[in-house]
Amino acid sequence: MKSLYSSAALSASLLLATAGFAAPPKETISDGVVKIGVLTDMSGVYSTLGGKGTQVGVEMAVKDFGGKVLGKPIVVIGADHQNKADIASAKAREWFDNEKVDMITGLLNSGCALAVQKLGGDKHRITMNTGAASTELTNGAWTPYSIHYVYDTYALGKVTGQAVVQTGGKSWFFITADYAFGQSLEGNTALFVKKLGGKVVGSVRHPLSSADFSSYLLQAQASGAQIIGLANAGGDTINAIKQAREFGIGQKGQKLVGLLIFDTDIKSLGLNVAQGMQFTSGFYWDRDNATRAFSKRFFDIHKAMPTMDQAGAYSATMNYLKAITAAGTDDPDAVMAKLKSMDISDFFAVNGKIRVDGRMVHDMYLMEVKKPSDSKGEWDLLKIVKTVSGDEAFMPLSESTCPAVKK
Amino acid sequence: MGMSFQTVMSQVMLGLNNGVFYAILSLGLAVIFGLLNIVNFVHGALYMLGAYVALLGFTMLGPLLGRPDFHLNYWAALIVAPLVVGALGVLIEKTMLRRLRKFDHLYGLLLTFGLALIIQGVFTNYFNVSGDAYDGKPEVLSGVVDLGFMLFPKYRVWVIGISLVVCFSTWFVIERTKLGSYLRAGTENPELVKAFGINVPLMITLTYGFGVGLAAFAGVLAAPIYSVSPVMGSEMIITVFAVVVIGGMGSIMGSILTGLLLGMVEGFTKVVYAPASGTVIFLIMVIVLLVKPAGLFGKEA
Repeated sequence: MKSLYSSAALSASLLLATAGFAAPPKETISDGVVKIGVLTDMSGVYSTLGGKGTQVGVEMAVKDFGGKVLGKPIVVIGADHQNKADIASAKAREWFDNEKVDMITGLLNSGCALAVQKLGGDKHRITMNTGAASTELTNGAWTPYSIHYVYDTYALGKVTGQAVVQTGGKSWFFITADYAFGQSLEGNTALFVKKLGGKVVGSVRHPLSSADFSSYLLQAQASGAQIIGLANAGGDTINAIKQAREFGIGQKGQKLVGLLIFDTDIKSLGLNVAQGMQFTSGFYWDRDNATRAFSKRFFDIHKAMPTMDQAGAYSATMNYLKAITAAGTDDPDAVMAKLKSMDISDFFAVNGKIRVDGRMVHDMYLMEVKKPSDSKGEWDLLKIVKTVSGDEAFMPLSESTCPAVKK
Repeated sequence: MGMSFQTVMSQVMLGLNNGVFYAILSLGLAVIFGLLNIVNFVHGALYMLGAYVALLGFTMLGPLLGRPDFHLNYWAALIVAPLVVGALGVLIEKTMLRRLRKFDHLYGLLLTFGLALIIQGVFTNYFNVSGDAYDGKPEVLSGVVDLGFMLFPKYRVWVIGISLVVCFSTWFVIERTKLGSYLRAGTENPELVKAFGINVPLMITLTYGFGVGLAAFAGVLAAPIYSVSPVMGSEMIITVFAVVVIGGMGSIMGSILTGLLLGMVEGFTKVVYAPASGTVIFLIMVIVLLVKPAGLFGKEA
């Protein structure tokens, strides 16, 4: 029954597609509306750093743009993929086939992101990923319609890894979330550690969302490594850092390094616990006047400062709409061509451009958590230690395995 | 990784530390299942609620009462949280579970599971899913003690100690005192016990309240160690149910010992092959169910 239904839907969409080809190219906005779908973790471990806040970012962009593009209305819809790739994929299929969604953004969680991006490629719809981290998205899993907007494990590993090794952190032990994201983050970081003459003395892989890290931390302590690298995210990172402090690990001699940390994690940990930690981010709300202006407006709606995912979703949406205007159509091929040729420059992206592999390259920041005594407000959490240019932070095309990159 | 004496001993301590949480939660489940025949799926949510009573009591109660510098301190929370959650348990039992008593276990399970989803959903709506830090840990329990083979946080020593005391006192009351014998008799043959002039329904209600109070107590103990988050209970409850199944449904001592034992097994797995640490308990559950379906300490039906 289900297969009958889906094949009916498929043939219907095929018919529509042929009808589209037959129609004169005068119809500039397909279906008379531009629909943007925010598909992300709305309720789980990552919902604080993405979730509804990502949708808020997208809605703000649409409102700032004027609510209309080429005279047609812009509609934003959202859904929770619950961190399950099958749910993400089914929802995206429904959106593409029945809801006429033109672009999907958000897409936290590399597993979900890979599934939806592949579908977008098959259906010729644009995905602008602001949440997930895996470098696979711009390499083997690349499609002509995929954009990876905010950050990736390569940039995180490179910027943080280099900074730590250069200040003397030569030997590393990794505590890694045992799935695609964690392994990719560990792998990328280890690469730079070794390149700079450091060494990896060991690692331990833990199941996703573990409550107790004390055992792993003691193993890391026993390894004698100078640096304990946390290749995990969200709740896992928070628990690991809290418990390290409890056991007195990372206070003398050894140092704890979180490889993917969001402002909201620091908020949850408290400055007392997190002070002095360094990590890499694609955005910080308190960087300059433009970021502060945006973030204050965001805060008024969402009651929290934006993370890089949430601010990135605003920027991605805004540039998508600009590209439609410039192209004079919402046709995915035309829009992608514009996106890849225009400069991406706003409060979020400094010196941004979208490469042929879909990677949005922009300045990244090495951040440090402030001491409680230096913090002047509830969200005064971090300072920028160093700005790293996009070309330096992200994977160069010469190392890419993306099929679109000619060698 | 070589298993030195030091490694073994530190893992025993860490395992024990996780084990006492399993023990205290599975004990509550065992008490409730043993006396009410209810598979209490809302247990995890009430554990979470206990942690939130501690957290909110510390951060929000003062401002709410118009006295911003008032904090419900940790020691008070250890008493207040079980009372608050126990009272909620009494309400749940009296208004809902009581009506299901004559039906199959399954209905109680579904009802409590639904309650768990509702409570968790409401908290997810209002609180940070990645958790909030509880800062009310008393000064006297801060820092580490040198156990000779490792530095162990004082707070965790306290958790292990107090949990064992609570677990074994509960066992003693139920298995070795007159009150306990009333309770046990009340489930075997409520009519007969009623004939002795004992208010069986009240006894059952209070038992439920006590069982979930234990969950809240564990929640307060957990608050300073883990982040207080709306999902902390649902992550815990699945493992705890496996512990109960392995120990034998309804066996009081069985649930305590199994909890401690499995905490340690899990601890060693984290050293030997960490990725399996999330599944080892379920693997043991499968084996136990195949070999001894009533559980390690359960009586064969």
